[in-house]
Parts: sequence; structure tokens; C-alpha cells
Amino acid sequence: MRVLLAQQVACEKSDRQLFSDINIELHSSQLLYVTGENGAGKTSLLRILVGLSSPSNGAVEVNGYDIHKNIHDGSEHLLYFGHKQGISQLLTATENLKFWCQQHGVDTNDDAIHQILAELGLTGLEDIAIKNLSAGQQRRVSLAKLWLKTDATLWVLDEPFTALDVQLIAELEAKMTLFLKTGGAIIMTSHQQLNIDYPLSRLHLEYSW
Amino acid sequence: MVALKSLFYKDVALAYRQRAELMQPLMFFVLVITLFPLAIGPSPETLQRIGGGVIWVAAILSLLLGMERMFRDDFADGSLEQYMLSPTPLYMIVVVKVLTHWLMHIVPLFLISPLLALFLNLTFDMYVALMLTLLLGTPLISFVGAIGVALTVGLHRGGVLLALLLIPIFIPLLIFATSAIESASMLLPYYPQLAIIAALLLFSVALSPMAIAYSLKVSQN
Repeated sequence: MRVLLAQQVACEKSDRQLFSDINIELHSSQLLYVTGENGAGKTSLLRILVGLSSPSNGAVEVNGYDIHKNIHDGSEHLLYFGHKQGISQLLTATENLKFWCQQHGVDTNDDAIHQILAELGLTGLEDIAIKNLSAGQQRRVSLAKLWLKTDATLWVLDEPFTALDVQLIAELEAKMTLFLKTGGAIIMTSHQQLNIDYPLSRLHLEYSW
Repeated sequence: MVALKSLFYKDVALAYRQRAELMQPLMFFVLVITLFPLAIGPSPETLQRIGGGVIWVAAILSLLLGMERMFRDDFADGSLEQYMLSPTPLYMIVVVKVLTHWLMHIVPLFLISPLLALFLNLTFDMYVALMLTLLLGTPLISFVGAIGVALTVGLHRGGVLLALLLIPIFIPLLIFATSAIESASMLLPYYPQLAIIAALLLFSVALSPMAIAYSLKVSQN
């Protein structure tokens, strides 16, 4: 099944052409690994692919919907994990995740959320405001979305390993492998070495000026 | 529907946890109004003549002060990105957010206003007119103001720019509102002014969420 199709996507930021003529076709159970230097446009590309930014040229189709015309239907089975974590600093981990689930139509309850938080090593921190957690723990709360949204067909992960410790990186890699094997597709960027026992395709963005 | 209800609860919970910040515009409102009798002199007739206008100007300024909160945190922590990628249309999310914001900022203002009407020696009729104009006019300020907030959300320190953009837009509202209070002070009917404010409100409720949603999308670029 084709999950994502990008045709001739180009991006321009303040008169600088970041990239042009990018074509991506991603099917289920495929992993696309986007590499490139700082400033090469990895984040810009991912934001265009999920429909948050508009490309200066080209079109993106996610699960059969043109994501820039119909972002709400197109993003139904999509999970975007960006630099901003999408969790509120003043709410607790449980409140944040419960709210996110209700917002995204994911059926869940407090017990399920607590169990996932425990898996991510956050036992005892469920009811503390996010701002009192460390950077890595905040990332973990946000990553819990990957465990919660079970109907996703595409994950778009922008630097998912930032601020995580070795053990959690391994756990996340195992989760990603499992997701790929069960038919999910992943597009990700990372500066760290990826230790996944799974075939991956690479897309290298050249830094251009 | 579940999504919108949970959004309402989330915003109320967030406002409650930022009580101190929520109190600031209210304190500003009260302080500005108490300055006028000190500066102009405590003569009851003068105060009565300027009272309605003073309360309205103070209300607009204090609402502008709290306006920035509307989308700032959601933009900064990435919640806004997640809203856009959720199945709920951004239009509805914006409506709920603006109404919640209005509720959290205006209810305290309403509760304190009888005291301020007393400070400025307003008659009962003027007080009723003031309440009615505030009830119809303040949601208008929130909806129209939210367009400005959405446009400036990506800028750092957009606060003053926001005030410069919005204050001229509120001039017609201010004219009709104060004219209604003035009519009330002379015991004249003031329905026409109320009707015009209500028409402005309905117009802005219907159209501004589209502009707000679009501005938020643009600010993500």
C-alpha cells in the first residue's frame, strides 16, 4: 500500500533554495532515512511532507489525500513528532496524553496511559507538571504518543533520539522495528547512528547556498 | 465534540494554573480606573460624565494585555501543530479557544464592575447600559483581536505591534458603546447602538475564525 507520494517538492526560505525536485514514494513497511548537514532542510522537508508548511512547488499525497488541501483527513493515520513536543508545560503527563488522545480520536483510559508511561520509565512522575521534568523525561512523555496511536500508518519523526538515554534509544528502535514489521512506514531524520536491523532507504539533502 | 469539550477543559485548566497571569489584566483594569478620579478630581458630575468612556477604554486596554496569551503557549510548545494534524477542523478549535479565553478574562471583569461603577458615580441606568455593551462588545474584541494575535504569534515580542494593529479597529465599537451609555444617562433609548454592536459581533463570530485559522496556518510556515 502506498502511504506517501511527494512529487517535485521544492522549498525556498528567504530567497534561498533549500531543495528542489524531491520525489518520494513510500509504501507500508518502508523506512526512509533523511540525512544532511545542519541547515540542509531536513526539518523543512518533513514539515512539508506532513502538511504544516507549504512547498514553493510540488504536491504531497498522504494516504490518498492531498495533504495541503485536506490536512485533517490526510493526517488521520499520521503521527508527526517534531522539534516542538506538543505537550503543555503546565499540565501533567497523564493530562497531556489524555488530552492528546481525545483530540486525535484515540480511545484510551488512565490505566492504559499509566502503563505506557511505566514502560517508558516514568513511574511515579505521571502526575507532576511537565515543566518539573528533565528534558529527556519530557521527550519520553511526548514519545508515548507512538505507543498510544495504534491506528497510525505513517510516522514522521524529526530527531526522535535527541536528549534520550542509551536504554530508551534501544527501546525506541525496537518499537520502530515492530511498527515497520506490522506494516507501518517511517520517515525520520537523525544525527545519531541508527541501529535497526531493517532495510532502509536513504535520502541525502545537500546543503546548498 | 469530545475533542472540543476536552479542548475547553484543557484551556480552563491552563488558565487556572496561570492564575497570577490571569489576574494581571484585571488589576490593570481596576488601577487605570482608580487613577481617573485622582487625576481629574473627585467631582461627582465630572466622574459621571466620563465614567462610561473610562471603563470602556480601560476594558479594551486590559483585554489587549491578556490577548497575547490566547495562542502564545500553544504555538511555543507545539500544541498548535498537533491541533492542525488532528481530525477536528481548525475553525472549530479556534472558536472554542477564543470563547474560553473570553470567558476566563471577562467574567472577573464583570464581577468587579459594580464596584467600579460606584467609584465613578454611574447611575443605575448607565450601569445597565454599560453591562449590556460590555456583554456584546467584549466577545467582538476577542474575536477580532484573535486575528491580530494569530498574525503576530510567530514574532518575538509582538505585544506593542498587536496593540497598534488592533486599537484603531476598535474605534467604531468604542463610539457606539459610549454613545449607548450616554443615551442611558439621559434616560433615552439606546437599542440602536446595541443593535449595531450585536450586528458587528455576529459578523465577526461568523467570519473571523476563518481569518484566525488561516493566519495560524501562515504562521506555521
